[in-house]
Amino acid sequence: MRQDIPVIVIGGYLGAGKTTLLNHLLRHADGRKIAILVNEFGDLPIDADLIEAKDDEMIAISGGCICCSFGSDMTAALIKLAQLDPAPDYVVIEASGVAMPGAVAASISFLDGFNLGGVVVLADSERIRAQAADEYLGDTMLRQISDADLIVQTKIDLISSDVVQDVRDWLGSANPKAQVVATAQGRLPPEVILGVEMVAGQPQASAHADAGYESRVFSEIPPCDPIKLAKSLATGAVGIIRAKGFVADQAGQNWLIQIVGERFDVTLAKAKEHIAVVCIGRKGALETGAIGVMFAGDAG
Amino acid sequence: MPNTTIFSAKKIITMNPSRPEASHVAVRDGRILGAGSLEELATWGDYTLDTRFEDKVLMPGFVEGHAHAMEGSLWAKVYCGWFDRADPNGKLWMGVKSVDAVVERLQEAEAVLEDATTPLSGWQLDPIYMDNTTVTRADLDRVSTTRAVGVLHASGHIMNVNTKALELAGMLKQGLNHPGIPLGADGFPTGELKGPEVMTPVGPFVGYERNMLDADETGLRNFAKLCVRTGTTTITDLASRMDDDAVDVMLRVTNEPNYPVRLMPFRFFMGLSAKELIVAVLAFKKRSTDRLRLGQIKIVVDGSIQGFSARLRWPGYHNGAPNGLWYIAPEHLSELLHLALEAGLQVHTHTNGDQATQLVLEKLGPALQAHPNPDHRFTLQHCQLADAAQFRTAAKLGMCVNLFANHHFYWGDEHYALTVGPDRATRMNACRTALDSGVPMAIHSDAPVTPLGPLFTAWAAVNRITASGRVQGEEERIQVHEALWAITMGAAYTLHLDGEIGSIETGKKADFAVLEADPTACDPMLLKDIGVWGTVQGGRIFPAASL
Repeated sequence: MRQDIPVIVIGGYLGAGKTTLLNHLLRHADGRKIAILVNEFGDLPIDADLIEAKDDEMIAISGGCICCSFGSDMTAALIKLAQLDPAPDYVVIEASGVAMPGAVAASISFLDGFNLGGVVVLADSERIRAQAADEYLGDTMLRQISDADLIVQTKIDLISSDVVQDVRDWLGSANPKAQVVATAQGRLPPEVILGVEMVAGQPQASAHADAGYESRVFSEIPPCDPIKLAKSLATGAVGIIRAKGFVADQAGQNWLIQIVGERFDVTLAKAKEHIAVVCIGRKGALETGAIGVMFAGDAG
Repeated sequence: MPNTTIFSAKKIITMNPSRPEASHVAVRDGRILGAGSLEELATWGDYTLDTRFEDKVLMPGFVEGHAHAMEGSLWAKVYCGWFDRADPNGKLWMGVKSVDAVVERLQEAEAVLEDATTPLSGWQLDPIYMDNTTVTRADLDRVSTTRAVGVLHASGHIMNVNTKALELAGMLKQGLNHPGIPLGADGFPTGELKGPEVMTPVGPFVGYERNMLDADETGLRNFAKLCVRTGTTTITDLASRMDDDAVDVMLRVTNEPNYPVRLMPFRFFMGLSAKELIVAVLAFKKRSTDRLRLGQIKIVVDGSIQGFSARLRWPGYHNGAPNGLWYIAPEHLSELLHLALEAGLQVHTHTNGDQATQLVLEKLGPALQAHPNPDHRFTLQHCQLADAAQFRTAAKLGMCVNLFANHHFYWGDEHYALTVGPDRATRMNACRTALDSGVPMAIHSDAPVTPLGPLFTAWAAVNRITASGRVQGEEERIQVHEALWAITMGAAYTLHLDGEIGSIETGKKADFAVLEADPTACDPMLLKDIGVWGTVQGGRIFPAASL
């Protein structure tokens, strides 16, 4: 049986930087087969030099990625994607500017073959606070932000570092459950957006060191209560943006743990796996000592 | 010498203010030569006198400015609604008043299906009237355990299915975590599916395919039969997805020699970018025929009031529910309005809540300054909660409104008690205020949401009676002649067709509603009960009895 395909929902208002982020992701897919779902091709979301072929419903992108438009029927488009051979490694849904990404994410939960890989909401550093105060859009913006597991604060190159910090604090207070990462030009490592990559069924520490992020493998993990462990990693304020890996319970069963922001997902592994968990965080913010303690079983 | 037929009638209500009544109407080449006395019309030369309408009352064929052709397709399924409703063949289906009665009706339909796996689908279930009783898969399992059974609610946003349907869709499992999938005590879904994204995976297994918005050939013919039975000769399909296949089907069916109605589909805005949409609709426009008028756009701005998804201004929902949803971003709306004005394409916007209406008003102003068009007639559809200031602005901007008069009867009590509270429920679909503000107005059924029937819609606007029998908003009632104007000239105006249809006068299409009684002479409470003999459309005669 095939592994469930992780689905990442990207939300945020028009102009928040979704297109830039997606193009950066496609340029750094590095062998990952990513399927991007958009409402409509419209002002084409994909940079022209990445496009290999295009018809009404699908764009083939160099490196084995694709982009599909789903009009008004996202569920049908996902069902179609699941039937592709080979199936995509990741599905990224670009929610429309006024959609509630949490509602989009909820509709993944009952679809066979897919698994929610997180809700990522983009916020334009320059405009988000004005948008949040807008008579028409304000409540929609705040609901989008509160739906996020991971908030990407975009366009930080356009404002001063003081304002970057102000906006960051504001985003953090608007949704205390989410991790906030800041970027210019959508330059985020793919594993921050997509999650830790699996190779031959095993989570991989990032091969590509990125200046702003670090990825650490923890493999000294005694048998534990997987749900309790996942919960403390996700909610323990130890700087984890994403984590993924296998742990064993007291009975010797193996469990897959996946974390994004405060969202965690624990599923029974189909076989015996190598016990190790990869954690990604901002460089300097990942509290490896505290995380090590949690893995050692002293988290309480 | 061309053939001229002169029809005599008990009375002809022309809706032509310069000659409001006549005894005869002359028809040549499918158009009206004139309305007046026999003597006057005889001056046109040779004629054939047709007296079949001698004891009937003729009105201009009714114009329904907001309906969906899907109504025609739904009648292939089992009617499970609370209210009595006539099908395209004229059979009156009694409303079902309990879950048991729903199950019984489905069982009857099930009994005549031959093989054991054909799906069975029902529609128009409305548990609001059954004290919000929840229908479960166990209820529908009493209909069948071997075939998938699904019943769509009147709102169109909820569906109940049986165990087999869940099983076929791979949803008969524990641990589902979705607000649209209620779970039973056993952890399995109850079979109630809320929201389009939850219904989609099950739809195909219970006979609800993806393209529900687009009627098939039989659906289009059934839709037309309902039109004849209600006196309707021009109707919109608001909105259609209109891929090329759907347009081909519509062209083929409406060109059939006996197709009795003029259909005006509006292209739904979703699925194409603003620029692509304009190009597509301009291309459709070139394929228009007399009976298929292509080239308009429908934008949906917000959701529904009873679904709490309409966008409301302060103070929001009466029961404290959070504000509703935008279905289009304000910038996208603005871009579409600009491009459509520039291209000369008409746009109708669905706005239920007053905040959605306000957004359209605010976005259209600047678009009109950039692309002036004194006769655009962009129309606010539903526009249920607009206040007087909004109607005045709409009038200044050259907009029309098409108010949802039927809504009052079907959900008025709910709005009063729950959704918007007494004040705003009283001013919902404010026909009086709209007319007094000088905004051109139509009224509509939104079939299949409520049944097609322009005389019923007129009745609803004149009396404002709710399902429980209360008059809600006495001050917003309008006169019978105003309501009759709204379902003829008023609606024709919103479609830019008022020069062709909507009144019985020289040069217009020979489109008539043939009525058994005079709607201007009866008790206004009986307007909805006036019998419809059938229609004349483009001079072709369609008795309802021989459909």
